[in-house]
Amino acid sequence: MAKIVGGINVTHVPYIGRAIANNLQQDPYWKPFFDGFPPIHDWLAKVKPDVAVVIYNDHGLNFFLDKMPTFAVGAAPEYSNADEGWGIPTLPPYRGELDLSWHMIDSLVEEEFDITSCQEMLVDHAFTLPLELLWPNRKSCPVRTVPVCVNTVQFPLPKAARCFKFGQAIGRAIESWNSEARVVVIGTGGLSHQLDGQRAGFINKEFDLMFMDKLITDPLWVTRYSVPDLVELTGTQGVELLNWLTTRGALLGEVAKLHGNYHIPISNTASGLLAMEVV
Amino acid sequence: MPSGKQKRVIPGTTIFDGDQARKGYALNKMCFSFNSAENRAEFLKDQQAYCDKYGLNQQQKQAVLSLQVLDMLAAGGNAYYLAKLGGIFGLDMQDIGAQQTGMSKEAFKARLVEAGKR
Repeated sequence: MAKIVGGINVTHVPYIGRAIANNLQQDPYWKPFFDGFPPIHDWLAKVKPDVAVVIYNDHGLNFFLDKMPTFAVGAAPEYSNADEGWGIPTLPPYRGELDLSWHMIDSLVEEEFDITSCQEMLVDHAFTLPLELLWPNRKSCPVRTVPVCVNTVQFPLPKAARCFKFGQAIGRAIESWNSEARVVVIGTGGLSHQLDGQRAGFINKEFDLMFMDKLITDPLWVTRYSVPDLVELTGTQGVELLNWLTTRGALLGEVAKLHGNYHIPISNTASGLLAMEVV
Repeated sequence: MPSGKQKRVIPGTTIFDGDQARKGYALNKMCFSFNSAENRAEFLKDQQAYCDKYGLNQQQKQAVLSLQVLDMLAAGGNAYYLAKLGGIFGLDMQDIGAQQTGMSKEAFKARLVEAGKR
């Protein structure tokens, strides 16, 4: 059966794409952010995952508001990036992993998560940038991928507890996949930030640090908060932490923290990075 | 008709719920079209005509033509879609943040840095 080697949660601010394209990793603004990654590169080189299940939210590239699934799973042989409108470079396509996609779709629906399956799917910066950050300086991404898209855009959003359970169902699907593959689960977005309204620029360091800590030791802690509570505590876009929680759920059981980083600001965002190993 | 539901009030914050999604559909659909370079060029050629093509109401059109983000939000705009419109004018998230909070861009950026020190 397939094996889950661990999970990595990471911020996906579009601006990172420009920094990578312009080689600004050592620029004083960017250095505290990019310096978080080498220990995770070393770990990935050691555990050598074959497949990445990437849990993220689309920002109006693949899904418009005409059809907005709460949970969607990609089932395509490859996933293309495309113009998102504000000029970050478009990246080459990512390989899919059809066997795992369809196994996950079967298993999730069997567990009563009635997801939307997508045999064609564009992937935006929330999918591409984390992969670029985790496997930098490569012509193509070394892992096959399964995108899992969570609606964090149009309310009502799935509740935190539901996301955690969805993650657990993803974890059980991966572990019951008849394959020798090694799988890493990647959650993207967050942490606290708000782009819109008079409260734009809102950041909550205290909450973010608590959330990162509890994600390791007591992941159900955050499920005490309703989605509107989470908006109040983390900002209108800070609710992307639901992708982090889903990823934590997929790791099933106890985890150990491998490495973390937290830096304010990247663009308007508190950037977070947290790698977890299954124990 | 708006739902009339009791809503959570978070100061300075609009939750993009069903009421907003209904109200802002035409505006957000126009902004979604800006994923295409061809459409961005067409918009710049005649902004008014492009708004009409997508059926924006007067409030939405006025907000777009004056490039006032808070007015676009009030007209049902969603932040991720409005960012695509902002991009056409070279506005980044600090420009948009500064405009909404009535701060200079430098002051807005300084406040973000400050949030990391607390």
